[in-house]
Amino acid sequence: MRILRPSDILPSEITPRALFEDRRRFLLGAGATLAAGAAMWAGLPSEARAAAAKLGPLARSPLSSDEPQTPYKSVTTYNNYYEFGTDKEDPAANAGKLAVRPWTVRVEGLAGKPRTFDIDELLRLAPLEERVYRLRCVEAWSMVIPWVGFPLSALLKQVDPQGSAKYVEFVTHYDPKIMMRRPVLDWPYTEGLRMDEAMHPLTLLTLGLYGEVLPNQNGAPVRVVVPWKYGFKSAKSIVAIRLVEKEPRTAWNKSAPSEYGFYSNVNPNVDHPRWSQATERRLGEFRKRPTLMFNGYAEQVASLYQGMDLRKSF
Amino acid sequence: MPPLPASMTKTPSAAQLTAIKAALFALCLVPFALYARRWFDDALGANPIEAITRGSGDWTLRFLLITLAVTPLRKLTGLNWLLRLRRMLGLFAFFYASLHFTTYFWLDQFFDLQSIAHDIMKRPFITVGFSAFVLLIPLALTSNNYAIRRLGGRRWQSLHRSVYAIGILAIVHYWWLVKADILEPMIYGLILAALLGVRGWWRELERRRQIAASMPRPMPGAKVIPLVAKSPR
Repeated sequence: MRILRPSDILPSEITPRALFEDRRRFLLGAGATLAAGAAMWAGLPSEARAAAAKLGPLARSPLSSDEPQTPYKSVTTYNNYYEFGTDKEDPAANAGKLAVRPWTVRVEGLAGKPRTFDIDELLRLAPLEERVYRLRCVEAWSMVIPWVGFPLSALLKQVDPQGSAKYVEFVTHYDPKIMMRRPVLDWPYTEGLRMDEAMHPLTLLTLGLYGEVLPNQNGAPVRVVVPWKYGFKSAKSIVAIRLVEKEPRTAWNKSAPSEYGFYSNVNPNVDHPRWSQATERRLGEFRKRPTLMFNGYAEQVASLYQGMDLRKSF
Repeated sequence: MPPLPASMTKTPSAAQLTAIKAALFALCLVPFALYARRWFDDALGANPIEAITRGSGDWTLRFLLITLAVTPLRKLTGLNWLLRLRRMLGLFAFFYASLHFTTYFWLDQFFDLQSIAHDIMKRPFITVGFSAFVLLIPLALTSNNYAIRRLGGRRWQSLHRSVYAIGILAIVHYWWLVKADILEPMIYGLILAALLGVRGWWRELERRRQIAASMPRPMPGAKVIPLVAKSPR
């Protein structure tokens, strides 16, 4: 692994590139918005999306996939976000109620410098990258999504994790006034990673997709994306990140321990007890395609699980 | 239930019944037409194959329940002619079940017989769903007057009572495939339980009535002397 030397100035002390480099693009964007507005006013068909704040400029990452990307519309209308309903279209219809500002994320637990980060601070904490990742859902469908974010490790390093911190627990937002009250899962939804998984360069603290801030139904304003694990491991709308010693319980594991293990690495050889994981339907494709070990990220992550029986630690 | 006004309990004429059947036939095709249109308009969302699979499954279950509702509805309302619509409703349940199976066989598995065999053997919800579909086939094949004559009413009826088991299998199939939110299969399950429960209750009432009818009756005008003291009710 390449070791980057940390610069002497904290990234958060520098005016974010996003701000000083992006004036021109912002102006262009504003122009495009006006044009789109005019087009709509004139009754012309418009490709314009709902006004979402652009993020950028974005560094391209060598960890990105060059596969065809799943259309924005599919990425934002076909979601599993049970707090806003269990049908795939429900989150897009209902997540508008979620207020994503103000928003803070507590990073706490076994840390030398635990603290709370404001969402605007997170947006400036490290250079934003575009990472095009495959997303493989445990339900055997998949997408290719251009996420925007930075490695979760950059955030965790800020709080100085103690040696006893072996796991990371993600606690997500739960507001019964706007979210599902039926105990379909044990709310709030929680997820977890082993410390080395959380620090892995592929694990992305995610703030956007398709160059824009995250739409609510995709887990705004901040989520994690762990591309070699089934989608439910990638917790949405995070409010707290806890550094803990013991393996944390996770929402799906609590719901059905025999079906959703703590690791939940994408693995075509270990079936879900109720359906096969050998193949998947990439949205937009007609025929199913074979599922790849670790969702195609084996080269980067297989070493994390050396010596483990992945049938037992599923 | 209060008796319906006479105008409503009247049996429709043959011509009226034909018109009712034609309208019902068209109505039963509406879900199919809507899905077909959305398929060609690319309006089934990001995963159209899943939408078709779910939609055809939902409508199979709905038509099974509607078919099973005919007898209770007939008894409650006294509209005996409703029975004349039941065959069509049952055949539509089979129609949607066939679409559901074809979607799985073709669009989902793409005729991968090995994978399908594996699914049927290893995945309980598919085992159960497939069994329900297979059990529906003889019912569909014998849904005609010729088969009733050939089998005889009694045998035909006992064959077609397997639809109760098929209903239960269909609910189990749905229940076992959802990940966590069992609300919908539970609603369908409660409706099925009510439809089967009312049959059980009526059967019990009928049994009691027959026992009562088979008891020796006192001679008219004779005085009945109770042998045991009347128990308080």
